[in-house]
Amino acid sequence: MGIAETRISQLQDRVVGLSVPASAWNAENRTAAVERLQSMGLPAPRDEYWRFTDPKSLNAIEAPKAALFDPKETDVFDTVDRLEIVFVDGVFDAVASDDLSGSNMTIERLSDAEGHDSHWAADCYGALEAIGQTPVQRPFAALNTAYATDGVLIRVTGKVEKPVNITYRHANDTSDAILHHVIKLEEGAELTLLENGPAAARFNKSCEVFVADRAAFHHVRTQGRDHERRAVTYIFADLGTESVFKSFTLTANGALTRNECVLRLNGDDATAHVAGASVGDGDFHHDDTVFITHDAVGCESRQVFKKVLRNGATGVFQGKILVKPDAQKTDGYQISQSLLLDADSQFLAKPELEIYADDVACSHGSTSGAIDEEALFYLCSRGVPKDQATDLLTLAFLAEAVDEIESDTLSDLIVEKLEGWLERHRP
Amino acid sequence: MLEIKNLQVSLAEEDKEILKGVNLTVEAGKVHAIMGPNGSGKSTLSYVLSGKDGYEVTGGSASLDGEDLLELEPEERAAAGLFLAFQYPVEIPGVGNMTFLRTAVNAQRKARGEEEMSAAEFLKVVRERAKTLKIDADMLKRPVNVGFSGGEKKRNEILQMAMLEPKMCILDETDSGLDVDAMKLVSEGVNALRDEGRGFLVITHYQRLLDHIKPDVVHIMANGRIVKTGGPELALEVEQNGYADILAEVA
Ligand SMILES: Nc1ncnc2c1ncn2[C@@H]1O[C@H](COP(=O)(O)OP(=O)(O)OP(=O)(O)O)[C@@H](O)[C@H]1O
Ligand SMILES: [Mg+2]
Repeated sequence: MGIAETRISQLQDRVVGLSVPASAWNAENRTAAVERLQSMGLPAPRDEYWRFTDPKSLNAIEAPKAALFDPKETDVFDTVDRLEIVFVDGVFDAVASDDLSGSNMTIERLSDAEGHDSHWAADCYGALEAIGQTPVQRPFAALNTAYATDGVLIRVTGKVEKPVNITYRHANDTSDAILHHVIKLEEGAELTLLENGPAAARFNKSCEVFVADRAAFHHVRTQGRDHERRAVTYIFADLGTESVFKSFTLTANGALTRNECVLRLNGDDATAHVAGASVGDGDFHHDDTVFITHDAVGCESRQVFKKVLRNGATGVFQGKILVKPDAQKTDGYQISQSLLLDADSQFLAKPELEIYADDVACSHGSTSGAIDEEALFYLCSRGVPKDQATDLLTLAFLAEAVDEIESDTLSDLIVEKLEGWLERHRP
Repeated sequence: MLEIKNLQVSLAEEDKEILKGVNLTVEAGKVHAIMGPNGSGKSTLSYVLSGKDGYEVTGGSASLDGEDLLELEPEERAAAGLFLAFQYPVEIPGVGNMTFLRTAVNAQRKARGEEEMSAAEFLKVVRERAKTLKIDADMLKRPVNVGFSGGEKKRNEILQMAMLEPKMCILDETDSGLDVDAMKLVSEGVNALRDEGRGFLVITHYQRLLDHIKPDVVHIMANGRIVKTGGPELALEVEQNGYADILAEVA
């Protein structure tokens, strides 16, 4: 069998237990995604963007088992006044969730909405994912669009004060969840989306975000602490004129996490920031794969990714800035850094710039380093115990990523979470 | 208070002896100064006392109030009351000066079984002491020493000393890089801490600092040893004639 045939036959096995939900308005989108997926097949380790991350456990027919970490742990955003939505192993939990209503927005479950005859999301569902398949194929995103069992559809028409928080609980150690969200911010609208929790033994999540002119989307998420969980997640976003998109992810633990973020800056003077802080100890593989396309004048994009790795943990960063010929005055910044707390851990980075406009300022950098011994001694000489001094320096290393969060309340909660993790993972 | 006996130290990485039998005792309430040519081992002595990696003690002892310093981790030495104002204070991006100070103060208190300082009390004390050293609120907020001028770094060292209230203060060339006014500020900061329970070891190249911080005893260090000890007049002699005469005399 050739490579193409292997991929296709693997794919047939992979999707045998999945079905495309029936829907009047979404059937075409779903079918188109099935076709995209069929034409790509599953990813293979030799694919350009899968060289550093083995897709095996994501390709496997069944989700590898993942023990539950601590089902009683309160979520990181517990103290935030918010609209709460809960999924348990990918299944909506009506009892734990708030009423799905709020001023300046409509919010619905995908599975409810698909029962209607028509829907605003008909033009949105799968649209950004389809565009995002070029020039880099993302088979699991197509799989998600085709087979997602649920998700939320949010349409925002003005400023929404209270953040929407989605908690993904994990209760079954072999659960395999696929969720798809669509978020549409109309002109001038504002929304903060929070997400937290381990979600499932294996989780495939896609979120398509349409940010219209002068709208602002803020996103802060933490990916749960279950050590054995696996996740592949996608954010696809289109940005209009003077719009703002800011996304931050904290990842602590997880056998495999692949977070892809595909952004297109289509309107002039738009701003897109994506940041991530990930901390792993032992059996931890974390992959950030980012693709930002500048297709308008005067836009700014920032990618700030920091990883702390110990005991054989692996970090991957693949980040690209593509500047189209007309995207003059682009300001693109990308930094990916790892702090290796021992010699067993590794960081693999593939930073890329592809620039077709001449009046742009783009910079990128990638480094791997250890704790600064001089700084450590300085802190200890003032009486700070070595463990605590190491934590301080580690938090300092992560600070540039955490500082990307605009809300101090939220960034404080993230720092608290990180402090706790570091304290539990001292040598 | 600080008792150093026949201390011999080599570099851990290479077979190079730097301290070749240092003997020195600083009594509580006294200020001792060490002068000596570049490369004679003054900073090495201060690092070894505070527990920096990279040095191997091959002989001798060092104790603070009878407690063997060489057995302790750097943070334990600090909690025991030892403080080193660095010749080259370290920049720590991402760690706020305030956070750093408060963490240090409370870590030491905790290690000594004392109650931690509340945020409010700490703030009050730090503001007051910073003010006397002309360290403004902005410098307190910035990351430790990052972007500080040479003189600002030295003043920040003295602020740390003032906050930690150590028993034994070692100042390694705290005067270098200071303008005349800053030198006065720093000296006043040091003098304010002088009391009968506290000892000082002041490493310097210049008599000028000793005009402000009057030493009780002056030592000359050369080639890894204390080669001469005397009163304040010894510093004046160095200032006027350099080291040639003294070194010739002890050779
Ligand atoms: N880590 C090291 N590696 C190599 N050589 C070292 C190291 N530490 C100290 N030395 C050497 O030991 C000697 C003493 O250095 P030290 O810094 O203690 O001198 P000093 O008396 O403080 O000089 P200065 O007045 O210039 O500050 C020097 O020759 C120096 O090069
Ligand atoms: Mg020196």
